Amino acid sequence: MILGYALSFAIGCFGLALLLNLLRLFTIKNLVDRVLVVDTMAVNVAALVILAAAQSGSALSFEAAVLIAMTGFVSTMAFCKYLLRGSIIE
Amino acid sequence: MSLAATIIEIIAAALLVAGGLFAVIGSLGLLRLKQSMQRLHAPTKATTLGIGSALVAVAVHIWLNEDRLALRELAVALFFFLTAPLSALFLSKAHLFRSEDAAKLPPTGTKAGWATLSEDNPAEPSHPQDRKA
Repeated sequence: MILGYALSFAIGCFGLALLLNLLRLFTIKNLVDRVLVVDTMAVNVAALVILAAAQSGSALSFEAAVLIAMTGFVSTMAFCKYLLRGSIIE
Repeated sequence: MSLAATIIEIIAAALLVAGGLFAVIGSLGLLRLKQSMQRLHAPTKATTLGIGSALVAVAVHIWLNEDRLALRELAVALFFFLTAPLSALFLSKAHLFRSEDAAKLPPTGTKAGWATLSEDNPAEPSHPQDRKA
């Protein structure tokens, strides 16, 4: 009962966090900060998918969250490596 | 519902609320902080803590409702706790490489300079037989 309300509150909080990230993404100029914002958005979307799956009782959404988290991490690392060295795999 | 289940449910609800608040705090810090290196702190610490506590709460929720251990959710939480410092390190290295002036950085305290900025640090071959050639 109380857990259902807390789940709705957490979904709202992660949605608000995502909106704030979007606002930052549109107002920032630095390239590294943009990568950071997109990385944070990937984390927030993964959390949102898992929370929505817990609320609706769906078992399949978990794989979607794992995929979003892994692509977010790998793309961040690849972009940083590209900025540092000029190539991703040397 | 027994008393123990009610107490566990209240703890999980508190974890969920704290996780959501930490996520909002992390994004707010990303929005409000002034310098690039300061902005790196908010999402990599606060948001990671927020998503970790939210995932633990979801695992407890599944344990209460479906009576099975949600090891996959806990594995995702562990994944986030392992990867957040790595992306923070590489983002800070990229920022150091692109935006910071080498003359204004503080001394490292050792004989070597800042490894990210050093000129005489070509990509080392990863295999010993390549190094000999």
